[in-house]
Amino acid sequence: MDENQLAGYADKNQLPPPSERIPAIRWLKQNLFSSWFNAILTIVSTVLIMTIVFGLLRWALEARWEVIPANLKLLLVGTYPVEHLWRVWATVYLIAFLLGFSSGAHGGLMRRVSTTAALVSVVLAVLPFPWGTRGWLLGIAVAAVAGFGLGYLGKGIRWCKRLEIASWILSFPISLIFLNGVGGILPVIKGRTMWGFMLNLIGAVVGIGLSFPVGVLLALGRRSKLPAIRLVCTAYIEIIRGVPLISLLFMASIMLQLLLPASVRPDLLIRAMLTITAFSAAYMAENVRGGLQAIPQGQYEAAYAVGLNRALTTILIILPQALRIVIPAIVGQFIALFMDTTLFGFIAILELLNITRSIMGNLEWRGTIFELYAFIGIVFWILCYSMSYVSRRIEKTLGVGER
Amino acid sequence: MSRKVSSSHSVPFWRDVRVLRVIGQIAFLVIIATGIWWLLNNLRVNLRACGLKISFSFLRNTAGFPISEGLPYSPTDVNGYAFWVGIVNTIRISVIGIVLATIIGTVIGIARLSNNWLVKKLAGLYVEVVRNIPLLVQLFFWYFAVMLTALPMVKNSIKLPGPIYLTRRGVYLPWVAPTGSFGGWMWYIIIGLVLAIAVYVFRRAYLRRAERPGFPLIWAGLVLILVLGAGWFLTSGNPLALTIPVLKRFNFEGGLWLSTSFTSLLVGLSVYTGAFIAEIVRAGILAVSRGQTEAARAVGLKKAHVLRLVVLPQALRVIIPPLASQYLNLTKNSSLAILIGYYDLMNVGTTIFNQTGRAVEMILLIMASYLTMSLLTSLLMNYYNRRMKLVER
Repeated sequence: MDENQLAGYADKNQLPPPSERIPAIRWLKQNLFSSWFNAILTIVSTVLIMTIVFGLLRWALEARWEVIPANLKLLLVGTYPVEHLWRVWATVYLIAFLLGFSSGAHGGLMRRVSTTAALVSVVLAVLPFPWGTRGWLLGIAVAAVAGFGLGYLGKGIRWCKRLEIASWILSFPISLIFLNGVGGILPVIKGRTMWGFMLNLIGAVVGIGLSFPVGVLLALGRRSKLPAIRLVCTAYIEIIRGVPLISLLFMASIMLQLLLPASVRPDLLIRAMLTITAFSAAYMAENVRGGLQAIPQGQYEAAYAVGLNRALTTILIILPQALRIVIPAIVGQFIALFMDTTLFGFIAILELLNITRSIMGNLEWRGTIFELYAFIGIVFWILCYSMSYVSRRIEKTLGVGER
Repeated sequence: MSRKVSSSHSVPFWRDVRVLRVIGQIAFLVIIATGIWWLLNNLRVNLRACGLKISFSFLRNTAGFPISEGLPYSPTDVNGYAFWVGIVNTIRISVIGIVLATIIGTVIGIARLSNNWLVKKLAGLYVEVVRNIPLLVQLFFWYFAVMLTALPMVKNSIKLPGPIYLTRRGVYLPWVAPTGSFGGWMWYIIIGLVLAIAVYVFRRAYLRRAERPGFPLIWAGLVLILVLGAGWFLTSGNPLALTIPVLKRFNFEGGLWLSTSFTSLLVGLSVYTGAFIAEIVRAGILAVSRGQTEAARAVGLKKAHVLRLVVLPQALRVIIPPLASQYLNLTKNSSLAILIGYYDLMNVGTTIFNQTGRAVEMILLIMASYLTMSLLTSLLMNYYNRRMKLVER
C-alpha cells in the first residue's frame, strides 16, 4: 500500500476496505449454487451451452466455408465492375479519412471508433486475401492516420470545425455520385440495383440522411399550435407508422408510376430510396418529438424574454438541445433501417440477402445455405452490435436521462 | 392612454398574428391539396391510358388461386372472400405469435435479472444476438435452412414427446377435437363462465369492503373448473376427443398440422419479438424501486401479495406502452409472410393484384386493413393505459 493511497484517509491507522476479490469457490457458490433451484438452473444451462457450442463447432468444422471467399466480391458489391472497384475503395478511404480527421480534432469516442476501424483494416490485411486486396485494405488505415494527423494539426483553428461538419455532410452526396458516376467525367455504372451489400449500406445512409430534415419538420409540425398543420403532420406520421414497410415497397414498385406523370419514370432503386425515406421520416419525427418534449418550458420562456421570436427560438435554442438528446435514438433508428434494407429483395433489388439466392442457385454451391446465412448474420451482427455499443457510449457521455 | 393601447385596430391586419395564422394555415392546406390533386390527376390520366377505372367490383369475381391454410376455402370462391381468409390468417399468426413472444420475453426478461450468473449471461446473449440480426434473415434461416433443409422427410421424421413430429412438410401435434356431444357440453361452458364471473365480481366487492387483499380470480377459476368437470360427466360421451398424428402411407393423419411457412413464421416472429419484450420486462421490473418491495414486506404482505399488489401494478405501468408497440410491430412484421409463402393478407392481396391487375384498389385495401388493426390495438392499449394510470396518486 503506497503513501498516496493512504493519504486520503483522515486516520492513518484506518485501512481502506478489503478488496472486492473473492476466492473462486465462494464466487461459484454465490453466483451459481446459492440455492438448490439455482444449482439446477446452473446445470441445465451448462448442458444447454455445451450442446449449442459443440453442435456449432461440429458444424463449423465441416462447413464449406470456401463459398464465402469465392463469392465475396459478389456478396459485398454485387455486379459492380472490377475495373471500377477503385471507386468503392476511394469512398471507403474518404469515410476513413473523415473519421480520422474527427478523431484528431475531438478525441474521445471518435478516437476509439476510428482506431478500431484502422485496426480492423490492418487485421483484415493480414488474412489470406489476394495481395492487391491487402494493399487496398492497408490503405484504409493510412487514410485514417492521415486524417488524424490533419485533424490534430487543425485542432486550434477556428474554421476547422466548420470545415469538418461541412465535409461530413458533403461526403454523402459526393460518395453517391462517385459510386454511380456522372455523365462525361466518370462513366455511369449500369445495373445499380445489383450491388449487393453496398446497397444495404447506401439504403440506410440515404434513408437516415434524407429523412432527417423531413422528420424534424414533421415533428415541429406535429407540435404546432396551428390545427391544420398539426392535423396533416399527425395523419402522415400515424398512417406511415401504421402500415408495414413491405406494403409501402409494394406500393412503390407498382403504384408510384401511376401517381406520376408519364414523363417521370424513376428507376427501381430511386423508388426504393424514396420509400425508405418516406417511411423513416415518420419514425424520425417521433424520435425528434421525444427530444422536443424533453426541453423544459423555461427554455422557451427565457428565449422569448431575451426577445427572440418563435422561429429563432426553435432554431437557435430548442432544436440544438432537442437534437442532442435524440442522437442515441437516431442511431437506433439507423440500425433498424439498416436491417430493414434486407426487404429490398421483395422488389427485386439484389442486396446482400437476395444475392445469396443467386449463389445458392449455382450448382457448384448447392447446399451452402447455412454458411451463407451465417455469413449474413455475422456481418449484420457485428455492424449493428458495434453501432449500438457506440450509441450507448454516446448516451453516457451526453448524460441523457441524468439531468 | 389606456384606450389607445388596448385598441387592436391600430395593428394593420397584415401584421395581426391571428389573421396571419389563419392565412398561413390556409396556404399550407392549399399547397397540400394541390399536391394531392396533382397526384390523383396523374393517376386518372395514367389509368385512362390503360383503360382502367377504379372500382371494387373485381372482389366479386372468382379468385381462382389456391390458399393452402386457414378458413375453409376453394379456388371457386370470390376475391373478396380470399382476402378475408388472408386477414384471418394474419390475425391468427399475430395472436399466437403475441402469446408466444410474451411468454418468451417474460421468461428471458426475468432470467436477465436472475442472481444466477450463467442464466443471466445466457439470457443476455440471446437478446443481443437476436436483436442485431435482421428479422428477414432470421425468417429465411428458419424457413429455408431449418424447415426445408435440416428437417428430415416425413418417413424419418423427428419424434418429440407428445408425440410431436417435425418433418419437412411441417409440424404435427396432438390436438383436442370437438365430437358430436360437444353441443351439449357447450351449455355447461356458458353456465360455468356466467357463474365464474359472478363469483369474481362478488368476491372482489367483498374483499374491497373488508379492505383485504386476496385472489378472486382463483375462486372464479375453481368454480369454472367444477362446472366444466360436472358437465363432462353429465354429458353422454366425451365432448372432446384427443387426436394423435399417425404415420399413414404417404403422410401423417389426425392431430394438428402446422405448415412449414406457418411454423417458421411463428418461431421467427416470436423469437425476434421475444428479445425486445425481454428488454421491456427487465426495464419494467427495474423501474420499481427496492424500497417498494421492502416497505410492502414490512407492512406484512405475503410474497405473492407483494408481487401482485405492489410490484406488478407499478411495473405494468412502465411495461404496457412499449409492449403495445411491440405487439403492433409483430403484427406488421407478419407481412414478411409473403416472402416465405404463408397466406397472410399481404400475400393474398398481392396475389389478387397479380391476377386482376387492380393496383390502386388492392393497395388501399391492404393499407386500410393494417391501419384498422393498428388503430384497434392502440385504442385498446390507450384504454388499458388510462385505467392503469388511475391508480396513480
